[in-house]
Amino acid sequence: MTDAILEIQAPDTRPSGMRAMLAEFWFYFRENRGAVIGLYVFVLICFVAIFASLIAPHGPAIQYRDALLAPPVWQEGGDWRFLLGTDAVGRDILSRLIHGARYSLFVGCIVVSGAMVVGVVIGLIAGFFGGIIDTLIVRVMDIILSFPSLLLALVLVAVLGPSLTNAIIAIAIVQQPHYVRLTRAAVLSEKNEDYVTAARVAGVGPLRLMGVTILPNCLAPLIVQAALSFSTAILDAAALGFLGMGAQPPIPEWGTMLAEAREFILRAWWVVTFPGLAILIVVLAINLMGDGLRDALDPKLKRS
Amino acid sequence: MLAFILRRLALLIPTFIGITIAAFGFIRILPGDPVLLMAGERGLSPERHAELMHELGYDRPLYEQYFDFLTSAVSGDLGHSVVTKRPVFEEFFTLFPATLELSICAILFAVILGVPAGVVAATRRGSWLDQSVMGAALVGYSMPIFWWGLLLIILFSGILGWTPVSGRISLLYYFPPVTGSMLIDSLLSGQKGAFASALSHLILPTIVLGTIPLAVIARQTRSAMLEVLGEDYIRTARAKGMSTARVVGVHALRNALIPVVTTIGLQTGVLITGAILTETIFSWPGIGKWMVDSIFRRDYPSVQGGLLLIATMVMIVNLVVDVLYGLINPRIRRMG
Repeated sequence: MTDAILEIQAPDTRPSGMRAMLAEFWFYFRENRGAVIGLYVFVLICFVAIFASLIAPHGPAIQYRDALLAPPVWQEGGDWRFLLGTDAVGRDILSRLIHGARYSLFVGCIVVSGAMVVGVVIGLIAGFFGGIIDTLIVRVMDIILSFPSLLLALVLVAVLGPSLTNAIIAIAIVQQPHYVRLTRAAVLSEKNEDYVTAARVAGVGPLRLMGVTILPNCLAPLIVQAALSFSTAILDAAALGFLGMGAQPPIPEWGTMLAEAREFILRAWWVVTFPGLAILIVVLAINLMGDGLRDALDPKLKRS
Repeated sequence: MLAFILRRLALLIPTFIGITIAAFGFIRILPGDPVLLMAGERGLSPERHAELMHELGYDRPLYEQYFDFLTSAVSGDLGHSVVTKRPVFEEFFTLFPATLELSICAILFAVILGVPAGVVAATRRGSWLDQSVMGAALVGYSMPIFWWGLLLIILFSGILGWTPVSGRISLLYYFPPVTGSMLIDSLLSGQKGAFASALSHLILPTIVLGTIPLAVIARQTRSAMLEVLGEDYIRTARAKGMSTARVVGVHALRNALIPVVTTIGLQTGVLITGAILTETIFSWPGIGKWMVDSIFRRDYPSVQGGLLLIATMVMIVNLVVDVLYGLINPRIRRMG
């Protein structure tokens, strides 16, 4: 009873509308220096990935038989044609890394959008309808979550057959329960708010109620989760590639490149070092952005 | 409290049944004939195919196969590995101590470094120390550990020659396993140099497996400490003239550790994911490597049994963490 009285809030005097929201978001996001750096790096990598074939000095699969395992330029015996050296069959590492950026970003985008769409729909259904449907969905998600994610993805790929597509499917399946949980929790807390009741009384149908009335108010945690699972997806895809269960050679996927380079680890440090560094930089940039997003979108942390 | 534990236990049963269905279902529900998958590239005559289908029980109705799997799984019989012909249950628990030892060392490494790092960062919020600790934590959190392991091998085994590249102990030493922990067993064996050898094999895998938990724990400790340090009772303690060390170490840390303990408990899944990669890199003979090998050898009874055991273990650990959290923090109990 008393809670209801306490919940009445002061009238909102801030400017409304999409632009105002974006401006407010940017205001808070900009305060986090790391997040801004992460954003710049991420944009740069996107640019490199999109124009890979223009930027890369060589084709990703061209083998220079006269320069096998050539070291990077700054090391003795380096060749100016191959800035970061070449691998065991004479392919330019820099060019392969540039082309590899496409695969990593592609994996991230597809996994996040796939897992998010499916997860949000299932979560909305669970939270909105409740009852037996809800119990069933929650149980199934608990079951998926009790398997360690990489192990589950590994088994799924093993059964479906190792390829980049199947790795993407497996990672998306493994990640989608997180979206279900978040959406369901958000829907449950929003469902009984007055504005939802008002919409319902006004005759809004369940589909519109779920998608248009409730969903936009659950977006903040979903966006943060999206950033998190973007980086996890890249890491998992690389791990699957490293274990031989992701993209198959000669695709220049970074994890697969690492797997191919393993046997040269003590002879040619550069074939091992650069692909991993590329993974680390991308994941780090996204996680920096993710931290900034969380701070900017989480009203509890806003200092205003 | 008892009611809370019982309710949690009751919830385990449907989850466990679900896990058995999932572990059972992967190989059968997903496209592909299990026997053909196991045979791989080699061709099979139709007679041999039918024989194998019968031998492994794949020709019976699904519900019958599942019921068999469930009843024998509950009594600890997970079938036999197709490759080694040994019981899956036995194989799993022969290799499990290696993974357990590695995981315990990794978690100890993470806690011993992570908690103090988080506390220091929180008490000096905004300083260069805080920024570098949190920067390092973010790098650790973003680390592809399979690459991190290779880098450490290049540095410590390749260039410096300090640590061995693979295995649990040098081949020079042999003693029967007593506790399953190579560190303890090597001490018990009394052989000169055995302990040093076991320890030197353990260091790099521990660092690799502990890196992500370390980063998570440091971040979590810092944010929990920051929250607690802002509380009124901390100001009171300070106002009473207590030393900073006592306020931070006794008053704040004890309360800040509650969420940290939960975080540590929830690292089990992370550890197993990490163990798959770490054990593969260092040829560590544990269940992570065994699962990967089984998957590659298409040893489906082992994959199925391993999945079931690992998921059950994660489930139980999560329950224990839940109960412990309820014990430390009474507010959770009533919400259930």
